[in-house]
Amino acid sequence: MREVHIIGIGQTRAGEQWERSFRDLAVEAIQAALQDANVAEVDALYVGNMLSGELVAQQHLGALLADWSGIGTIEALRVEAADASGAAALRMGYLAVASGAQEMVLVCGVEKTTDADDAWTKAAWASALDAEYEAAQGLSMPAAAGLIMRRYMHEVKVEREAFAPFAVTAHANGANNPYAMYQRPISAGAYAKAAMVADPVSVFDVAPLCDGAAALVLCPSDRFSDRATKPIRIAASAVATDRVAVHSRRDPLFLQSAYLSARQAYNQAGVQPHDIGLFELHDAFSILAVLSLEACGFAERGQGTKLAQEGAIGLQGRIPISTMGGLKARGHPIGATGIYQIAEVVTQLRGEAGANQVDARLGMTQSLGGTGGTAITHILHP
Amino acid sequence: MPRYRLPASEVRRVWREGHGGLPVEEKSVPGLDEDTATMAIEAARNALARGQVSPTDLRAVWVGSESHPYAVKPTSTIVAEAIGATPEVSAADWEFACKAGTEALQAAFALVGSQMADYAMAIGMDTAQARPADALEYTAAAGGAAFIVGPLDQSLAYLEGSCSFATDTPDFFRRAYQHYPEHGGRFTGQPAYFKHITNAVRALLEELGHQPADFAAAVFHQPNAKFPQRAAKMLGFSPAQIETGLLSPVIGNTYAGSSMLGLTAVLDEAKPGDRVLLASFGSGAGSDAFSFVVTDRIQGRQRQAPTTQAYIARRKPIDYAIYARHRKKLLVR
Repeated sequence: MREVHIIGIGQTRAGEQWERSFRDLAVEAIQAALQDANVAEVDALYVGNMLSGELVAQQHLGALLADWSGIGTIEALRVEAADASGAAALRMGYLAVASGAQEMVLVCGVEKTTDADDAWTKAAWASALDAEYEAAQGLSMPAAAGLIMRRYMHEVKVEREAFAPFAVTAHANGANNPYAMYQRPISAGAYAKAAMVADPVSVFDVAPLCDGAAALVLCPSDRFSDRATKPIRIAASAVATDRVAVHSRRDPLFLQSAYLSARQAYNQAGVQPHDIGLFELHDAFSILAVLSLEACGFAERGQGTKLAQEGAIGLQGRIPISTMGGLKARGHPIGATGIYQIAEVVTQLRGEAGANQVDARLGMTQSLGGTGGTAITHILHP
Repeated sequence: MPRYRLPASEVRRVWREGHGGLPVEEKSVPGLDEDTATMAIEAARNALARGQVSPTDLRAVWVGSESHPYAVKPTSTIVAEAIGATPEVSAADWEFACKAGTEALQAAFALVGSQMADYAMAIGMDTAQARPADALEYTAAAGGAAFIVGPLDQSLAYLEGSCSFATDTPDFFRRAYQHYPEHGGRFTGQPAYFKHITNAVRALLEELGHQPADFAAAVFHQPNAKFPQRAAKMLGFSPAQIETGLLSPVIGNTYAGSSMLGLTAVLDEAKPGDRVLLASFGSGAGSDAFSFVVTDRIQGRQRQAPTTQAYIARRKPIDYAIYARHRKKLLVR
């Protein structure tokens, strides 16, 4: 398989984009990525999105966005893996180039959540759970995370406050990201007083669903254009799955999918966790951030919150996470999130992260579907 | 406003089992025999007492509401007849969600200013209905105010100018066959309330050449406590400037009466020379902004009728069951 490089990125501001439609957002991100790559034509488009059918009554996204972004009658398909849809689209784009099937490939993640009211959107998000055994029984995504978090707190014997560093770090970093939904820091005090969404998950333990689009241009080594910015190589791309329903998992407090996906990625890249310079993990819920750190080998089982409290997850720490705000502060435009994570690591590895710059040689992203039914890990290096 | 009060904690107790924040402390609830018409008549009488005007001199009695008792049959004729203003009067009903009263007020200034009438009465009044378990049930309340517009040399305050800002923004609506309105959640915030109020007020300030500091008081539409506080901050008004006219924490959102009751509260305590800003917001969406200057004549008139605070103090707390009965939420047939 050939090496695959990212030669262009594009993002819209994530947030409540009342005036922008679904296709407006996608076209903006795609145009920005093509311009960044200095590329006018591509051979294929893969679109990551979870809920366009339910929220904007639009399916058939590959064809629609190929047309609307003016890139013509190319191969174009939509890829879905719940919250990991964006990363899943990258996986397909990666395989298309690596296999030799395609040369220049565009990957776009896009989601528009604000055309539907809050209750409808939250109900649609619950389709990331097991519809018959979880959602139909009344479980929502925050409620599922609440069950996991409560069990974790009970077994590991930590209080809620132990999770504060995840929101505080994310917001501190989001403050310097012009694409982030929230650009203001929050204090640990604010975390302690936060209202509950699904006890013990508070408003600061769950990332905001929002609008956004991000896009990447991929190509093999022999297609770098003269004026492309520093190409970033995809050193690893790995997908693993686990039982969708939390109660069906061997261990509800261990993200088996994240563990397997990360292990495969480390093997592909020939690295260990300590080689990773920054980790854009899936902090849709603070409990998932904790479990991701543990499953990917950055902390021992039950030590995830301790790692955070020691300051290891900050920009100066030994495993910076959410360096541009993470899902918590940058926002979670569901199907687009996986591409935002990649764009943020690319920004870091290009040395363009400004006040949030981390000195890193290797960047890792991991996108989870639902509560961990799917995990998609990528490792990038300049 | 009516005397009954439903604590927001009651709504939370019934629907949220005690969890979650409260947007106001309590809201006003109409009694079994109260509706927009009966309340408008009472407000109209208070206005006539302060205005010292004969009802037969009124050339217009205009009532703005989103809870007119009839879908077809004017509220204004009931009010006009009850106060003795008929038959040589223009009676009309107005609607535009929560700014139904201020648009009637704006037009009343035009009627008098054009010398088509010496006196015109504009009323904003509502008995708002909220869907049980909806977020708006904490705040949908009842009440409103009446103003008589007349010649400058008899005025208690005069109008410096008025600006409106409206777009087709469906943030909150109800079809004729629906009992309860629908709303767009967070869409009612930045693209609706904040966009329209700030644009109307900025246009007014620019037109008149005023700064926020020129105003003794400012009154914004008050669907809850937070929105008017934030609008004030965005426009450069201080918490002290909005304090007197901020009633929603203790009476809820009186819809077409909301900003107008804030204005009566301010006028109850205003001093001659005070400049007062009024900015309403109606979903759908639009904002009417006004700048008034209080005259010497206000002294001696403020106590001619019950004050806004007197109405607020006249309260009888009820529980959710009595509220459900008063608002006819229980089907008995």
